[in-house]
Amino acid sequence: MFEAIAFYLFAILTIVMFTITVMSSQALYALTSMAAGMIFISAFFFILGADFLGAIQIIVYTGAVMALYAFGMMFFDSTRTIVEKRANPALVVVLGGIAAVLVLAIVVAPIVGMTATEGAYPIDTSVGNTQAIGMVLFTKYLVPFELAAVMLLVAMVAGIVLAGKKMDTSLTLMDEDEIALMDLSSEYETQEEGH
Amino acid sequence: MDIAFIVETIVKIVVILLVFSALAGFGTYLERKVLAFMQRRLGPMHVGPFGLLQVAADGIKLFTKEDIIPQNVVKPIFKIAPVITAATAFMAAAAIPFWPEFTVFGYTVHPIVADINIGILYILGVMAIGLYGPLLGGMASANKFSLISAARSAAVFISYEVVSGLSLLAPLMMVGSLSLIDINNYQAGGIGSWIVWSQPVAFVLFWIAAFAETGRTPFHLIANDHEIIDGFGTEYSGMRWGLFFIGEYANMFFISFVIAIIFLGGYGDGTGLGVLGLLLKVAFFFFFFLWTRAAWPDVRPDQLMWLCWKVLMPLAVINVVITGFVMMF
Repeated sequence: MFEAIAFYLFAILTIVMFTITVMSSQALYALTSMAAGMIFISAFFFILGADFLGAIQIIVYTGAVMALYAFGMMFFDSTRTIVEKRANPALVVVLGGIAAVLVLAIVVAPIVGMTATEGAYPIDTSVGNTQAIGMVLFTKYLVPFELAAVMLLVAMVAGIVLAGKKMDTSLTLMDEDEIALMDLSSEYETQEEGH
Repeated sequence: MDIAFIVETIVKIVVILLVFSALAGFGTYLERKVLAFMQRRLGPMHVGPFGLLQVAADGIKLFTKEDIIPQNVVKPIFKIAPVITAATAFMAAAAIPFWPEFTVFGYTVHPIVADINIGILYILGVMAIGLYGPLLGGMASANKFSLISAARSAAVFISYEVVSGLSLLAPLMMVGSLSLIDINNYQAGGIGSWIVWSQPVAFVLFWIAAFAETGRTPFHLIANDHEIIDGFGTEYSGMRWGLFFIGEYANMFFISFVIAIIFLGGYGDGTGLGVLGLLLKVAFFFFFFLWTRAAWPDVRPDQLMWLCWKVLMPLAVINVVITGFVMMF
Protein backbone atom coordinates (compact mmCIF):
# COMPACT_ATOMS: atom_id res chain seq x y z
CA MET A 1 0.00 0.00 0.00
CA PHE A 2 2.83 2.39 0.88
CA GLU A 3 4.37 1.77 -2.53
CA ALA A 4 1.13 2.66 -4.29
CA ILE A 5 0.71 5.83 -2.25
CA ALA A 6 4.33 6.82 -2.88
CA PHE A 7 4.05 6.05 -6.59
CA TYR A 8 0.94 8.17 -7.15
CA LEU A 9 2.25 10.98 -4.96
CA PHE A 10 5.52 11.21 -6.87
CA ALA A 11 3.82 10.69 -10.23
CA ILE A 12 1.54 13.67 -9.61
CA LEU A 13 4.41 15.78 -8.26
CA THR A 14 6.62 14.96 -11.24
CA ILE A 15 3.91 15.82 -13.78
CA VAL A 16 3.03 19.07 -11.98
CA MET A 17 6.68 20.10 -11.82
CA PHE A 18 7.37 19.46 -15.49
CA THR A 19 4.11 21.20 -16.45
CA ILE A 20 5.35 24.28 -14.64
CA THR A 21 8.68 23.93 -16.47
CA VAL A 22 6.95 23.97 -19.85
CA MET A 23 4.21 26.50 -19.13
CA SER A 24 5.99 29.12 -17.04
CA SER A 25 7.36 32.23 -18.69
CA GLN A 26 9.55 32.98 -15.68
CA ALA A 27 12.94 31.33 -16.24
CA LEU A 28 13.68 30.81 -12.56
CA TYR A 29 10.38 28.98 -11.99
CA ALA A 30 11.18 26.72 -14.93
CA LEU A 31 14.68 26.00 -13.63
CA THR A 32 13.57 25.26 -10.08
CA SER A 33 10.61 23.10 -11.03
CA MET A 34 12.71 21.11 -13.50
CA ALA A 35 15.34 20.44 -10.82
CA ALA A 36 12.57 19.38 -8.44
CA GLY A 37 11.02 17.15 -11.10
CA MET A 38 14.36 15.42 -11.66
CA ILE A 39 14.59 14.68 -7.93
CA PHE A 40 11.01 13.34 -7.85
CA ILE A 41 11.84 10.98 -10.73
CA SER A 42 14.58 9.45 -8.56
CA ALA A 43 11.81 8.43 -6.15
CA PHE A 44 10.58 5.86 -8.72
CA PHE A 45 14.01 4.22 -8.76
CA PHE A 46 14.01 4.06 -4.97
CA ILE A 47 10.48 2.55 -4.97
CA LEU A 48 11.65 -0.12 -7.44
CA GLY A 49 14.59 -0.99 -5.20
CA ALA A 50 17.17 0.45 -7.61
CA ASP A 51 18.93 2.63 -5.04
CA PHE A 52 22.05 3.10 -7.12
CA LEU A 53 20.18 4.45 -10.15
CA GLY A 54 18.12 6.71 -7.90
CA ALA A 55 21.19 8.31 -6.36
CA ILE A 56 22.83 8.61 -9.79
CA GLN A 57 19.67 10.29 -11.12
CA ILE A 58 19.96 12.92 -8.37
CA ILE A 59 23.70 13.44 -8.80
CA VAL A 60 23.80 13.56 -12.61
CA TYR A 61 20.58 15.37 -13.49
CA THR A 62 20.03 17.62 -10.52
CA GLY A 63 23.61 18.08 -9.40
CA ALA A 64 25.36 18.43 -12.73
CA VAL A 65 23.04 18.95 -15.72
CA MET A 66 20.68 21.40 -14.05
CA ALA A 67 23.60 23.31 -12.53
CA LEU A 68 24.94 23.81 -16.06
CA TYR A 69 21.54 25.21 -17.12
CA ALA A 70 21.81 27.53 -14.17
CA PHE A 71 25.23 28.65 -15.43
CA GLY A 72 23.64 29.50 -18.78
CA MET A 73 20.92 31.49 -17.05
CA MET A 74 23.51 33.73 -15.40
CA PHE A 75 23.79 35.58 -18.70
CA PHE A 76 20.16 36.69 -18.62
CA ASP A 77 18.17 38.81 -16.25
CA SER A 78 16.46 35.91 -14.52
CA THR A 79 14.09 38.12 -12.52
CA ARG A 80 12.23 39.27 -15.64
CA THR A 81 9.50 37.24 -17.35
CA ILE A 82 10.23 36.13 -20.89
CA VAL A 83 8.06 37.25 -23.78
CA GLU A 84 7.79 34.27 -26.07
CA LYS A 85 7.44 34.56 -29.83
CA ARG A 86 4.80 32.18 -31.10
CA ALA A 87 4.97 32.38 -34.88
CA ASN A 88 3.04 29.21 -35.67
CA PRO A 89 1.09 27.75 -32.73
CA ALA A 90 -0.71 25.16 -34.90
CA LEU A 91 2.61 23.60 -35.99
CA VAL A 92 3.76 23.43 -32.38
CA VAL A 93 0.60 21.59 -31.36
CA VAL A 94 0.90 19.09 -34.25
CA LEU A 95 4.60 18.36 -33.69
CA GLY A 96 4.16 18.16 -29.92
CA GLY A 97 1.20 15.80 -30.37
CA ILE A 98 3.14 13.51 -32.70
CA ALA A 99 6.07 13.40 -30.27
CA ALA A 100 3.74 12.58 -27.37
CA VAL A 101 2.05 9.76 -29.31
CA LEU A 102 5.43 8.33 -30.31
CA VAL A 103 6.69 8.31 -26.72
CA LEU A 104 3.44 6.70 -25.57
CA ALA A 105 3.78 4.03 -28.29
CA ILE A 106 7.35 3.27 -27.21
CA VAL A 107 6.27 2.70 -23.63
CA VAL A 108 2.98 0.90 -24.30
CA ALA A 109 4.08 -1.39 -27.18
CA PRO A 110 6.04 -3.89 -25.04
CA ILE A 111 3.17 -4.04 -22.54
CA VAL A 112 0.58 -4.74 -25.25
CA GLY A 113 2.86 -7.25 -26.98
CA MET A 114 3.40 -9.03 -23.63
CA THR A 115 7.17 -8.98 -24.14
CA ALA A 116 7.81 -6.89 -21.05
CA THR A 117 6.00 -8.94 -18.45
CA GLU A 118 9.38 -9.83 -17.01
CA GLY A 119 12.33 -7.47 -16.74
CA ALA A 120 15.36 -8.19 -18.90
CA TYR A 121 17.48 -7.97 -15.76
CA PRO A 122 15.26 -8.68 -12.74
CA ILE A 123 16.70 -7.62 -9.40
CA ASP A 124 19.12 -10.26 -8.17
CA THR A 125 19.02 -10.30 -4.39
CA SER A 126 22.27 -12.25 -4.10
CA VAL A 127 24.40 -9.37 -5.37
CA GLY A 128 23.98 -5.69 -4.58
CA ASN A 129 22.46 -3.14 -6.88
CA THR A 130 25.78 -1.49 -7.66
CA GLN A 131 27.49 -4.77 -8.53
CA ALA A 132 24.59 -5.85 -10.78
CA ILE A 133 24.79 -2.61 -12.79
CA GLY A 134 28.54 -2.93 -13.04
CA MET A 135 28.31 -6.46 -14.40
CA VAL A 136 25.75 -5.55 -17.08
CA LEU A 137 27.55 -2.34 -17.99
CA PHE A 138 30.99 -3.92 -18.41
CA THR A 139 29.87 -7.08 -20.22
CA LYS A 140 26.85 -6.71 -22.46
CA TYR A 141 26.84 -2.92 -22.83
CA LEU A 142 30.61 -2.38 -22.86
CA VAL A 143 30.74 -0.97 -26.41
CA PRO A 144 27.94 1.61 -25.96
CA PHE A 145 29.50 2.53 -22.62
CA GLU A 146 32.92 3.12 -24.17
CA LEU A 147 31.36 4.99 -27.10
CA ALA A 148 29.60 7.31 -24.69
CA ALA A 149 32.91 7.88 -22.92
CA VAL A 150 34.62 8.76 -26.22
CA MET A 151 31.79 11.13 -27.13
CA LEU A 152 32.13 12.91 -23.80
CA LEU A 153 35.89 13.15 -24.32
CA VAL A 154 35.36 14.67 -27.78
CA ALA A 155 32.90 17.19 -26.35
CA MET A 156 35.35 18.07 -23.58
CA VAL A 157 38.27 18.58 -25.97
CA ALA A 158 36.07 20.71 -28.23
CA GLY A 159 34.91 22.77 -25.27
CA ILE A 160 38.48 23.39 -24.14
CA VAL A 161 39.57 24.37 -27.66
CA LEU A 162 36.64 26.78 -28.04
CA ALA A 163 36.91 28.36 -24.61
CA GLY A 164 40.64 28.26 -23.96
CA LYS A 165 42.07 30.62 -26.55
CA LYS A 166 43.84 32.90 -24.07
CA MET A 167 44.11 30.53 -21.16
CA ASP A 168 47.88 30.91 -20.79
CA THR A 169 47.50 34.57 -19.78
CA SER A 170 45.73 35.55 -16.60
CA LEU A 171 44.19 39.02 -16.46
CA THR A 172 44.09 38.84 -12.66
CA LEU A 173 47.86 38.51 -12.36
CA MET A 174 48.68 41.31 -14.85
CA ASP A 175 49.36 44.98 -14.19
CA GLU A 176 47.02 47.61 -15.55
CA ASP A 177 49.48 48.82 -18.21
CA GLU A 178 50.21 45.27 -19.33
CA ILE A 179 46.50 44.77 -20.00
CA ALA A 180 46.32 48.08 -21.85
CA LEU A 181 49.32 47.01 -23.94
CA MET A 182 47.62 43.71 -24.71
CA ASP A 183 44.45 45.52 -25.86
CA LEU A 184 46.53 47.67 -28.22
CA SER A 185 48.37 44.72 -29.72
CA SER A 186 45.15 42.76 -30.26
CA GLU A 187 43.58 45.76 -32.02
CA TYR A 188 46.68 46.00 -34.18
CA GLU A 189 46.33 42.32 -35.06
CA THR A 190 42.71 42.67 -36.10
CA GLN A 191 43.63 45.64 -38.27
CA GLU A 192 46.33 43.56 -39.90
CA GLU A 193 43.84 40.79 -40.60
CA GLY A 194 41.49 43.34 -42.14
CA HIS A 195 43.95 44.21 -44.91
CA MET B 1 5.80 -2.30 7.27
CA ASP B 2 4.83 -2.58 10.88
CA ILE B 3 3.90 0.26 13.14
CA ALA B 4 7.03 -0.09 15.29
CA PHE B 5 9.27 0.60 12.29
CA ILE B 6 7.37 3.74 11.32
CA VAL B 7 7.32 5.07 14.88
CA GLU B 8 11.03 4.32 15.28
CA THR B 9 11.89 6.11 12.03
CA ILE B 10 9.86 9.18 12.95
CA VAL B 11 11.43 9.32 16.41
CA LYS B 12 14.91 9.06 14.86
CA ILE B 13 14.16 11.84 12.36
CA VAL B 14 12.84 14.14 15.11
CA VAL B 15 15.82 13.42 17.37
CA ILE B 16 18.33 14.14 14.59
CA LEU B 17 16.52 17.35 13.61
CA LEU B 18 16.38 18.62 17.19
CA VAL B 19 19.92 17.62 18.16
CA PHE B 20 21.57 19.04 15.07
CA SER B 21 19.50 22.23 14.97
CA ALA B 22 20.59 22.84 18.54
CA LEU B 23 24.17 21.88 17.71
CA ALA B 24 24.13 24.26 14.72
CA GLY B 25 23.12 27.06 17.06
CA PHE B 26 25.72 26.04 19.61
CA GLY B 27 28.26 25.83 16.78
CA THR B 28 27.98 29.58 16.22
CA TYR B 29 28.84 30.11 19.90
CA LEU B 30 31.80 27.74 19.64
CA GLU B 31 33.00 29.50 16.50
CA ARG B 32 32.90 32.91 18.20
CA LYS B 33 34.70 31.63 21.27
CA VAL B 34 37.41 29.81 19.32
CA LEU B 35 37.97 32.77 16.99
CA ALA B 36 38.06 35.13 19.96
CA PHE B 37 40.58 32.93 21.76
CA MET B 38 42.83 32.81 18.70
CA GLN B 39 42.57 36.57 18.14
CA ARG B 40 43.15 37.37 21.86
CA ARG B 41 39.62 38.65 22.46
CA LEU B 42 36.94 37.46 24.85
CA GLY B 43 34.06 36.71 22.48
CA PRO B 44 30.49 36.64 23.82
CA MET B 45 30.63 37.24 27.58
CA HIS B 46 27.56 39.15 28.74
CA VAL B 47 24.53 36.90 28.20
CA GLY B 48 24.57 34.14 30.79
CA PRO B 49 27.66 32.41 32.23
CA PHE B 50 30.58 32.68 29.75
CA GLY B 51 28.08 34.11 27.26
CA LEU B 52 26.48 30.70 26.84
CA LEU B 53 22.98 32.13 26.47
CA GLN B 54 24.15 34.23 23.52
CA VAL B 55 22.82 31.39 21.34
CA ALA B 56 19.34 31.82 22.79
CA ALA B 57 19.52 35.57 22.39
CA ASP B 58 20.55 35.22 18.75
CA GLY B 59 17.78 32.71 18.16
CA ILE B 60 15.14 35.01 19.60
CA LYS B 61 16.51 37.88 17.54
CA LEU B 62 16.43 35.88 14.29
CA PHE B 63 12.94 34.47 14.91
CA THR B 64 11.34 37.79 15.80
CA LYS B 65 13.05 39.93 13.16
CA GLU B 66 10.96 41.28 10.32
CA ASP B 67 11.10 39.06 7.24
CA ILE B 68 11.88 41.57 4.49
CA ILE B 69 11.13 40.57 0.90
CA PRO B 70 12.69 43.27 -1.30
CA GLN B 71 11.06 44.63 -4.44
CA ASN B 72 11.83 43.00 -7.81
CA VAL B 73 12.86 39.65 -6.33
CA VAL B 74 11.25 36.47 -7.66
CA LYS B 75 9.22 35.88 -4.52
CA PRO B 76 8.53 32.10 -4.37
CA ILE B 77 12.11 31.19 -5.34
CA PHE B 78 13.55 33.83 -3.01
CA LYS B 79 11.51 32.38 -0.14
CA ILE B 80 12.27 28.72 -0.82
CA ALA B 81 16.05 29.04 -1.36
CA PRO B 82 17.12 29.07 2.34
CA VAL B 83 14.80 26.13 3.01
CA ILE B 84 16.65 24.13 0.33
CA THR B 85 20.00 24.73 2.06
CA ALA B 86 18.73 23.68 5.48
CA ALA B 87 16.63 20.77 4.18
CA THR B 88 19.37 19.20 2.06
CA ALA B 89 21.81 19.46 4.97
CA PHE B 90 19.45 17.46 7.17
CA MET B 91 18.45 15.06 4.38
CA ALA B 92 22.09 14.02 4.07
CA ALA B 93 21.95 12.93 7.72
CA ALA B 94 19.49 10.14 6.82
CA ALA B 95 22.28 7.81 5.66
CA ILE B 96 24.86 8.58 8.36
CA PRO B 97 25.26 6.03 11.18
CA PHE B 98 25.74 8.30 14.19
CA TRP B 99 26.10 5.52 16.71
CA PRO B 100 26.57 1.74 16.77
CA GLU B 101 23.35 -0.19 17.27
CA PHE B 102 22.27 -0.65 20.86
CA THR B 103 19.49 -2.42 22.76
CA VAL B 104 16.97 -0.63 24.98
CA PHE B 105 14.42 -2.76 26.92
CA GLY B 106 15.04 -5.68 24.57
CA TYR B 107 14.48 -3.57 21.46
CA THR B 108 17.44 -3.13 19.11
CA VAL B 109 17.81 0.41 17.79
CA HIS B 110 19.81 1.18 14.64
CA PRO B 111 20.79 4.84 14.94
CA ILE B 112 20.59 5.44 11.19
CA VAL B 113 17.39 6.67 9.57
CA ALA B 114 17.67 4.76 6.28
CA ASP B 115 20.23 1.97 5.99
CA ILE B 116 20.39 2.05 2.19
CA ASN B 117 23.30 0.15 0.69
CA ILE B 118 24.50 3.17 -1.31
CA GLY B 119 24.76 5.49 1.70
CA ILE B 120 27.79 7.54 0.69
CA LEU B 121 26.51 8.05 -2.86
CA TYR B 122 23.22 9.32 -1.47
CA ILE B 123 25.06 11.73 0.85
CA LEU B 124 27.15 13.08 -2.03
CA GLY B 125 24.02 13.48 -4.16
CA VAL B 126 22.06 15.34 -1.52
CA MET B 127 25.02 17.59 -0.78
CA ALA B 128 25.19 18.30 -4.51
CA ILE B 129 21.58 19.53 -4.36
CA GLY B 130 22.62 21.82 -1.52
CA LEU B 131 24.11 23.97 -4.26
CA TYR B 132 20.61 25.13 -5.19
CA GLY B 133 20.19 27.13 -1.99
CA PRO B 134 22.88 29.74 -2.68
CA LEU B 135 22.33 29.47 -6.43
CA LEU B 136 18.58 30.15 -6.48
CA GLY B 137 18.84 32.61 -3.61
CA GLY B 138 21.46 34.61 -5.48
CA MET B 139 19.67 34.49 -8.82
CA ALA B 140 16.27 35.44 -7.39
CA SER B 141 17.62 38.35 -5.35
CA ALA B 142 17.78 40.98 -8.12
CA ASN B 143 21.13 42.06 -6.71
CA LYS B 144 24.44 42.07 -8.59
CA PHE B 145 26.52 40.88 -5.65
CA SER B 146 24.11 38.04 -5.00
CA LEU B 147 24.32 37.03 -8.66
CA ILE B 148 28.15 37.03 -8.60
CA SER B 149 28.00 34.91 -5.47
CA ALA B 150 25.56 32.50 -7.13
CA ALA B 151 27.91 32.10 -10.10
CA ARG B 152 30.86 31.49 -7.79
CA SER B 153 28.98 29.00 -5.65
CA ALA B 154 27.92 27.03 -8.74
CA ALA B 155 31.52 26.97 -10.00
CA VAL B 156 33.00 26.00 -6.63
CA PHE B 157 30.44 23.31 -5.83
CA ILE B 158 30.56 21.64 -9.24
CA SER B 159 34.37 21.69 -9.32
CA TYR B 160 34.92 20.35 -5.84
CA GLU B 161 32.24 17.68 -6.19
CA VAL B 162 34.59 16.16 -8.76
CA VAL B 163 37.42 16.13 -6.22
CA SER B 164 35.36 14.73 -3.36
CA GLY B 165 33.83 12.04 -5.59
CA LEU B 166 37.14 10.95 -7.11
CA SER B 167 39.00 10.98 -3.81
CA LEU B 168 36.32 8.78 -2.24
CA LEU B 169 36.58 6.27 -5.10
CA ALA B 170 39.88 4.82 -3.90
CA PRO B 171 38.74 3.93 -0.34
CA LEU B 172 35.44 2.65 -1.73
CA MET B 173 37.35 0.36 -4.10
CA MET B 174 39.17 -1.10 -1.11
CA VAL B 175 36.02 -1.62 0.95
CA GLY B 176 33.89 -2.78 -1.98
CA SER B 177 30.71 -1.26 -0.62
CA LEU B 178 28.99 2.12 -0.64
CA SER B 179 27.34 1.65 2.75
CA LEU B 180 28.83 3.70 5.58
CA ILE B 181 28.16 0.86 8.01
CA ASP B 182 30.22 -1.54 5.86
CA ILE B 183 32.98 1.06 5.61
CA ASN B 184 32.93 1.41 9.39
CA ASN B 185 33.03 -2.36 9.95
CA TYR B 186 35.94 -2.66 7.50
CA GLN B 187 37.99 -0.61 9.97
CA ALA B 188 36.71 -2.28 13.13
CA GLY B 189 40.14 -3.82 13.89
CA GLY B 190 41.44 -0.76 15.72
CA ILE B 191 43.67 2.18 14.84
CA GLY B 192 45.94 0.06 12.63
CA SER B 193 43.13 -0.78 10.20
CA TRP B 194 41.94 2.81 9.63
CA ILE B 195 41.68 3.69 5.96
CA VAL B 196 43.64 6.91 6.51
CA TRP B 197 46.88 4.87 6.74
CA SER B 198 46.37 3.17 3.36
CA GLN B 199 44.73 6.19 1.66
CA PRO B 200 46.39 9.33 3.07
CA VAL B 201 46.10 11.21 -0.24
CA ALA B 202 42.37 10.53 -0.54
CA PHE B 203 41.93 11.63 3.08
CA VAL B 204 43.61 14.99 2.54
CA LEU B 205 41.82 15.59 -0.79
CA PHE B 206 38.41 14.82 0.68
CA TRP B 207 39.17 17.02 3.66
CA ILE B 208 40.07 19.94 1.39
CA ALA B 209 36.96 19.34 -0.71
CA ALA B 210 34.88 19.35 2.49
CA PHE B 211 35.94 22.96 3.07
CA ALA B 212 34.69 23.89 -0.39
CA GLU B 213 31.43 21.96 -0.06
CA THR B 214 30.57 23.62 3.22
CA GLY B 215 31.81 27.01 2.01
CA ARG B 216 34.22 27.48 4.90
CA THR B 217 36.98 30.02 5.07
CA PRO B 218 39.84 29.30 2.74
CA PHE B 219 37.11 28.72 0.13
CA HIS B 220 34.59 31.19 1.52
CA LEU B 221 34.19 32.94 -1.82
CA ILE B 222 30.49 32.21 -2.13
CA ALA B 223 29.67 34.73 0.57
CA ASN B 224 32.86 36.71 0.72
CA ASP B 225 32.16 39.48 3.24
CA HIS B 226 34.83 41.92 2.14
CA GLU B 227 34.27 41.59 -1.61
CA ILE B 228 30.63 40.93 -2.33
CA ILE B 229 29.03 42.02 0.98
CA ASP B 230 27.37 38.77 2.07
CA GLY B 231 26.99 37.14 -1.34
CA PHE B 232 23.74 35.26 -1.77
CA GLY B 233 22.64 36.29 1.73
CA THR B 234 22.77 40.03 1.07
CA GLU B 235 19.02 40.52 0.59
CA TYR B 236 17.94 38.09 3.29
CA SER B 237 16.86 38.96 6.80
CA GLY B 238 15.54 37.28 9.91
CA MET B 239 14.98 33.55 9.99
CA ARG B 240 15.45 33.05 6.24
CA TRP B 241 19.04 34.21 6.64
CA GLY B 242 19.20 32.07 9.78
CA LEU B 243 18.23 28.99 7.76
CA PHE B 244 21.27 29.48 5.50
CA PHE B 245 23.33 29.57 8.68
CA ILE B 246 21.75 26.45 10.19
CA GLY B 247 22.32 24.63 6.90
CA GLU B 248 25.99 25.61 6.81
CA TYR B 249 26.67 24.55 10.39
CA ALA B 250 24.67 21.33 10.15
CA ASN B 251 26.64 20.53 6.99
CA MET B 252 29.90 21.08 8.88
CA PHE B 253 28.82 18.58 11.54
CA PHE B 254 27.62 16.00 9.01
CA ILE B 255 30.71 16.22 6.83
CA SER B 256 32.82 15.83 9.99
CA PHE B 257 30.90 12.63 10.72
CA VAL B 258 31.45 11.41 7.15
CA ILE B 259 35.21 12.07 7.25
CA ALA B 260 35.53 10.40 10.64
CA ILE B 261 33.55 7.33 9.56
CA ILE B 262 35.22 6.83 6.18
CA PHE B 263 38.84 7.56 7.01
CA LEU B 264 39.29 7.41 10.77
CA GLY B 265 37.49 4.24 11.75
CA GLY B 266 34.14 5.73 12.77
CA TYR B 267 32.81 4.14 15.95
CA GLY B 268 35.13 1.17 15.56
CA ASP B 269 33.85 -2.08 17.06
CA GLY B 270 30.83 -0.36 18.59
CA THR B 271 31.83 -0.29 22.26
CA GLY B 272 31.39 2.77 24.45
CA LEU B 273 35.02 3.71 23.87
CA GLY B 274 34.48 3.61 20.09
CA VAL B 275 31.47 5.92 20.37
CA LEU B 276 33.44 8.36 22.50
CA GLY B 277 36.23 8.16 19.91
CA LEU B 278 33.82 9.01 17.09
CA LEU B 279 32.50 12.04 18.97
CA LEU B 280 36.04 13.21 19.69
CA LYS B 281 37.01 12.84 16.02
CA VAL B 282 33.94 14.80 14.93
CA ALA B 283 34.72 17.47 17.52
CA PHE B 284 38.28 17.71 16.21
CA PHE B 285 37.16 18.12 12.58
CA PHE B 286 34.62 20.76 13.60
CA PHE B 287 37.31 22.56 15.57
CA PHE B 288 39.62 22.37 12.57
CA PHE B 289 37.01 24.22 10.46
CA LEU B 290 37.11 27.07 13.01
CA TRP B 291 40.90 26.91 13.41
CA THR B 292 41.40 27.32 9.66
CA ARG B 293 39.07 30.30 9.63
CA ALA B 294 41.23 32.01 12.26
CA ALA B 295 44.54 31.08 10.63
CA TRP B 296 44.06 31.39 6.87
CA PRO B 297 42.96 34.15 4.49
CA ASP B 298 40.56 33.47 1.64
CA VAL B 299 42.00 32.35 -1.67
CA ARG B 300 41.13 34.13 -4.92
CA PRO B 301 38.55 32.54 -7.26
CA ASP B 302 41.18 31.80 -9.93
CA GLN B 303 43.48 30.23 -7.32
CA LEU B 304 40.57 28.13 -6.15
CA MET B 305 39.91 26.81 -9.67
CA TRP B 306 43.62 26.30 -10.29
CA LEU B 307 43.89 24.28 -7.09
CA CYS B 308 40.88 22.16 -7.99
CA TRP B 309 41.55 21.33 -11.63
CA LYS B 310 45.35 21.41 -11.85
CA VAL B 311 46.36 20.00 -8.47
CA LEU B 312 43.64 18.15 -6.60
CA MET B 313 41.83 16.46 -9.50
CA PRO B 314 44.97 14.98 -11.14
CA LEU B 315 46.14 13.80 -7.71
CA ALA B 316 42.79 12.13 -7.10
CA VAL B 317 42.87 10.40 -10.49
CA ILE B 318 46.46 9.18 -9.96
CA ASN B 319 45.46 7.94 -6.52
CA VAL B 320 42.58 5.95 -8.01
CA VAL B 321 44.81 4.44 -10.71
CA ILE B 322 47.54 3.45 -8.22
CA THR B 323 44.96 1.94 -5.86
CA GLY B 324 43.55 -0.05 -8.77
CA PHE B 325 46.98 -1.42 -9.73
CA VAL B 326 47.84 -2.31 -6.14
CA MET B 327 44.54 -4.14 -5.74
CA MET B 328 44.94 -6.03 -9.02
CA PHE B 329 48.48 -7.30 -8.48
